[in-house]
Amino acid sequence: MAKTVTDVTCPFCGSLCDDIEVQVSDDGTKVLEVFNACAIGAAKFLHTAAKDRVTRPRMRQEDGSYKEVSYDEAIEYTAHMFVNSKKPLMYGWSNTNCEAQSVGHEIAEATGGIVDNTATVCHGPSLIAIQDVGIPSCTLGEIKNRADVVLFWGCNPAHAHPRHLSKYSIFPRGFFTGKGHKGRKMIVVDPRNTDTMKLADVPLQLEQGRDYELLSAFRVAIRGEELPEKVAGIPREKIYEAVEVMKNGRFGVIFFGMGVTQSLGKNHNIDNAIMVTKDMNEYTKFAIIAMRGHYNVTGSGQVMGWQWGFPFATDLSRGFARYNPGETTSNDLLRRREVDAIMVFASDPGSHFPISSVREIAKIPSVAVVPDINPTTEISKLHVPVAVNAIETGGCCYRMDNVPIDARKVVEPPEGMLTDLEFLTRVRDRIAELKAQAPAGVRASAEAVGA
Amino acid sequence: METVTLTIKKAPTLYLEAEIISPDGLAGKTADQIRALPVHMGNEEFTLGEFFDLAGAPGATAEETKVVVTGDLSRVKYLGMKMSGGEMVIESDADMYVGAWMSGGTLTAKGNVDSFAGIGMKGGLLEINGNAGNYTGSAYRGDWRGMQGGKIHVKGNVRSDTGYFMNGGEIVIDGDADVHVGTHAEGGKIVIKGNAKSRLGGQMVEGTIILLGTVDVMMPGFKYVRDEEVDVDGKNMLMSLYVGDLGERHRKRKGEPIYGKLYIRKAAPAAAESREVRLARAREARKARFASPEETASA
Ligand code: SF4
Repeated sequence: MAKTVTDVTCPFCGSLCDDIEVQVSDDGTKVLEVFNACAIGAAKFLHTAAKDRVTRPRMRQEDGSYKEVSYDEAIEYTAHMFVNSKKPLMYGWSNTNCEAQSVGHEIAEATGGIVDNTATVCHGPSLIAIQDVGIPSCTLGEIKNRADVVLFWGCNPAHAHPRHLSKYSIFPRGFFTGKGHKGRKMIVVDPRNTDTMKLADVPLQLEQGRDYELLSAFRVAIRGEELPEKVAGIPREKIYEAVEVMKNGRFGVIFFGMGVTQSLGKNHNIDNAIMVTKDMNEYTKFAIIAMRGHYNVTGSGQVMGWQWGFPFATDLSRGFARYNPGETTSNDLLRRREVDAIMVFASDPGSHFPISSVREIAKIPSVAVVPDINPTTEISKLHVPVAVNAIETGGCCYRMDNVPIDARKVVEPPEGMLTDLEFLTRVRDRIAELKAQAPAGVRASAEAVGA
Repeated sequence: METVTLTIKKAPTLYLEAEIISPDGLAGKTADQIRALPVHMGNEEFTLGEFFDLAGAPGATAEETKVVVTGDLSRVKYLGMKMSGGEMVIESDADMYVGAWMSGGTLTAKGNVDSFAGIGMKGGLLEINGNAGNYTGSAYRGDWRGMQGGKIHVKGNVRSDTGYFMNGGEIVIDGDADVHVGTHAEGGKIVIKGNAKSRLGGQMVEGTIILLGTVDVMMPGFKYVRDEEVDVDGKNMLMSLYVGDLGERHRKRKGEPIYGKLYIRKAAPAAAESREVRLARAREARKARFASPEETASA
């Protein structure tokens, strides 16, 4: 008889669904079946039982092959890498829990590191815009229960956040939204006719890269000013019509994704979208929410925020927190050869960074702490596989609307495998030991200058 | 005025943070004191003397001091940061934050500078003979008070986000500017002698932008008012005046809203046309690339 674990959170996308049911083997080691999750979420649960999983750290050898090493050796290598580095970069953090993030930050404080999370290639521009102009936001629960106008801008939840539409934004019947999707108006803005757009009451297919212009046009229309005939390829009548739909709603929300955060203008697009939301509040209740990608990238921003005051790309090299995307962001640091060691944590820059950055990762001392083999582990000097978070270990995670949810442990990790929190804690303690041993006043590096 | 010359001995392995190199940082100090000043690379502190050779001596105050920095400075940040007076010359390319938050004096960069030059500037003259990076004369992250005063003159091109949240002062660009010039501007004046890209004056509340070249896509929130003669470098030029951004808040004077002003030189070809032509050409090129029958069918 298999047992069923209920109210499980799904550690895949930022929707962080918390109603998953998982059937596990009697000894509690294997996921057998997953209920309620979407296809991508279920695949992640089932993958923990994959036979080809790596369960011990692997160190890259001279000839490019990998040799299995013990966790002790891996901890030793990682601690030395940090102690010998003048400017270590710690990148990732979106696929782990807040507890591990916090211990990682202790290492950064001890070694003068730079901590950056995956927002740097995702919703970082949103965070910049939020700092510039603030954000009128709400929770997904409020949207389920109240929203009757829902606008998706530059995002495609039908594929990227599969249960978003059914659980929160379009289809559910809530307290004040008893008619479900029949009572909601859906506006979708995207350069492509996506599967999300196909559901829309008001589809607006704009010219690629002209989101800022169209958002500005919305603001002009909201103020009742005159528009040019066409903006971003969309006739002005359609813009006025969309704004009318928005004004007639009782509670509206804008969801935006990487179509606007990572296209021309970046933070300016979000800035303008937030201003549309603010302007709309003169007429009705309106909110805006970022469609965060990884399940706990929001949490990384939260932990960095409460510890250092900045949500990503925080540089501690001078002993105090500095933040300036464009300078302290991972790709700028790597491209400009500004860091001399990197720890990739719970993410995969090998797949998502431009090749100039990936090359640099391959050149400098590097550790990748991720459960599985991915393009990053294959260019790193050391790969430390760890238990899968929120499946093989619990911990705090933040949903895309900044609601913290405690993730549940479902099965035991493979025998002898560390969680990333355990690994980081031991690295932190080893760094403290090494630092205590080093005679005071001796520079870690022998930068020969002036000779 | 006394002159002190700093020559970098070798390029730092990572980037050197040398905010101390400014007339204010060096004035009134002896050679030994200057050599002992701190510079930073990553988490380590070095002395200025470890990286730079020193010649000459500074004056007693910043006003009486001229600082000349030579050698390859392309990996040195914060040169001339927060200078309040005197003179400074950077003989080569420099990295980020040249003249950041400067409030007085004259700073000349003879080469190119990277991003964040003259951010949060309050006064003085920042002259860049080469190109400048992103966020020239802008606000620091999260600050809604960008450049407040002084003048920045870039003789080459600038990348994006020039004059972000600008409040006052003047920026003159002899070359071209990339996207987002004067975004969120609440005052000040920006002159672009070359061409501009889209998002010119987006979210502008007040202030003036003068464009002598072309802009590829106009912001929808700017409306044409009239033609006016504008004085640029002593020459009277006929320009079209647009006001905006109509989507933004604007305060009123005597019941009339005060808008941001965008002047575009009359001789410039109509921007909309050139874009249509370019798009048509791009479409043709695309079609030619996907000329195989299945692909044309699915397209
Ligand atoms: S929508 Fe996202 S969080 Fe929900 S089950 Fe699918 S992948 Fe998991």
